[in-house]
Amino acid sequence: MARIEEGLEVSTLARPRGDLARLPWVSFFIIALLVVVAVLAPLVAPHSPTEQSLPDKLRPPAWQEGGSANHLLGTDVLGRDVLSRLIYGARVSLIVAAAALLAGGGVGLMVGIVSGYVGGRVDSFLMRVVDATLTFPTILIALLLAVSMGQGLQTIAIAITVLIWARFARVVRGEVLSVKARDFVALARVHGCSHPRIMAIHIVPNVMNTFMVLLTLHIGFVIIVEASLSFLGAGIPPPTPSWGQMVADGRSHIASAWWLAVVPGAAIVLVVLAFNLFGDWLRDWLDPRLRQV
Amino acid sequence: MALAPVVLEVKDLHAYLYTRWGVVRAVDGVSFALREGETLGLVGESGCGKTMTGLSVLRLLPEPAGRIVRGQVLLEGEDLVTKSESEMREVRGRRISMILQDPQTSLNPVFTVGAQLVEALKLHHREPAHALWRRAEDALRRVKVAAPEQRMRAYPHQMSGGMKQRVVGAIAVAGEPRVLIADEPTTALDVTIQLQYLTLLKEIQARTRLAMLFITHDFGIVARMCDRVAVMYAGRIVESGPTRALFRAPRHPYTEALMASVPRMEASVERLPSIEGQPPPLHELPAGCRFAARCGHADDRCRREYPPTFPAGPAHEAACWRVEPSAPSR
Repeated sequence: MARIEEGLEVSTLARPRGDLARLPWVSFFIIALLVVVAVLAPLVAPHSPTEQSLPDKLRPPAWQEGGSANHLLGTDVLGRDVLSRLIYGARVSLIVAAAALLAGGGVGLMVGIVSGYVGGRVDSFLMRVVDATLTFPTILIALLLAVSMGQGLQTIAIAITVLIWARFARVVRGEVLSVKARDFVALARVHGCSHPRIMAIHIVPNVMNTFMVLLTLHIGFVIIVEASLSFLGAGIPPPTPSWGQMVADGRSHIASAWWLAVVPGAAIVLVVLAFNLFGDWLRDWLDPRLRQV
Repeated sequence: MALAPVVLEVKDLHAYLYTRWGVVRAVDGVSFALREGETLGLVGESGCGKTMTGLSVLRLLPEPAGRIVRGQVLLEGEDLVTKSESEMREVRGRRISMILQDPQTSLNPVFTVGAQLVEALKLHHREPAHALWRRAEDALRRVKVAAPEQRMRAYPHQMSGGMKQRVVGAIAVAGEPRVLIADEPTTALDVTIQLQYLTLLKEIQARTRLAMLFITHDFGIVARMCDRVAVMYAGRIVESGPTRALFRAPRHPYTEALMASVPRMEASVERLPSIEGQPPPLHELPAGCRFAARCGHADDRCRREYPPTFPAGPAHEAACWRVEPSAPSR
């Protein structure tokens, strides 16, 4: 008997180790780098992001002819260090992403759970609100909000929140509908569980996987929206550096000083890609059925 | 031998579903009584109201369509129909519990088996976590799960169907209920596991004097498990009686037809007899006997008037005009 039990433990009962081997290391590294750099911006940035030095203007990156090690990624039209601006810009991107996702994701999760679980008229009403929200053209509404509330970090976060909650609500609701129909929810009722308790211990944990994945996949989206708004001039007011703003400023010099638009553009692409790959991995890792394979 | 006390008594229960297509009379005047330590089999074909009967006892009809329209559900003398939702929560799990058909979805996939057992026990015992954990392990041991210490930490997908259904059983009896409603608990299990599971339920029943309402469509299981049988057709119980008497001499033509359609080992038949036609849709029931359209004995009275329940032997009754004591034997 003891032997059989040992066998069981090894083959089927071993705690899933978490599939760290398949962690997308490149994405993970990019994300980690982004976070560290954003948090420690004043320490790692070689220059002030706003300090102008006209004699040094439009220096190319260090590896090109005319570049200097003092400005690794070159300087812009006002002689500001591109690398330092990129580093400080990461802060903006991360703060906006975190704020908008916490607020928008949180609201969306709650609306989705209530809508899916309660059903009936409440569901119809909430889903019509979601439909209406989703019909808003993203950038237009964000522009409108930015214009009416004034530019700034807060405005951008609020605008993105308003736009994003409905996507979460919609997906979470669908997931709740499928979880709700399973027998363990019925059995929880049979065993005397109240509705709020069922939502808390049976519904929420079962939609959490989907929610977390949705969250990571939307980090990229939020960063792009923030960059687009800044690009359009409705984002973070200058001189605070933001990646979208940097791309916008560099656009007019693309022929002569390519690095002004390409460097922040590449940063956006890399970070968004990294978060998306990370999201894919997270989805597999969070699912207890896929985890052990 | 004195009869054990009645634990659950259902009297003239009507539970309707109000749907877009009309009122579905899923449970339409069902009465039965369940004694301590007794198993009552509720049999009938799909959609005849068996499951709805089970759910209305717990007042868990699908919302918002389902409603108990009339009748009483007496649990140890208390009427559950008039209880408030929060009073019902005290009843569910603690005094009446239920097992459903599919073990695959009866457990929450994101928690370990131990966590779910503890969760169920927590509703009924106020104890520190480690005591609950110990109690949960005991519960697993009682349903004969091998290596319960390790199984406690396993996720449902790491277990077989039979094992999961045992865990579901352990959760169901965790609150030490007086009544267990088992809704086709073995349908999703293969035959050898079925037998083990039924034996296990019997053992639990012998130990706890649990009254069981066993919903099934399998006469083999009825013969093995049930002291008494109630046959349901189109929302009503058409015949009920001690298992042996009912099997030996079914009095209602529907029961007869059901029995005839069970394949037997002894006799080889070319073709199994089957019951022609379909049961009437529950939202447009005929005035007379609901089986009349499929019954070989039906006459005008059957089609006009629903037969009352007549005694058909000791503790045996059937709702058929042919059983009427004064009826000329036909």
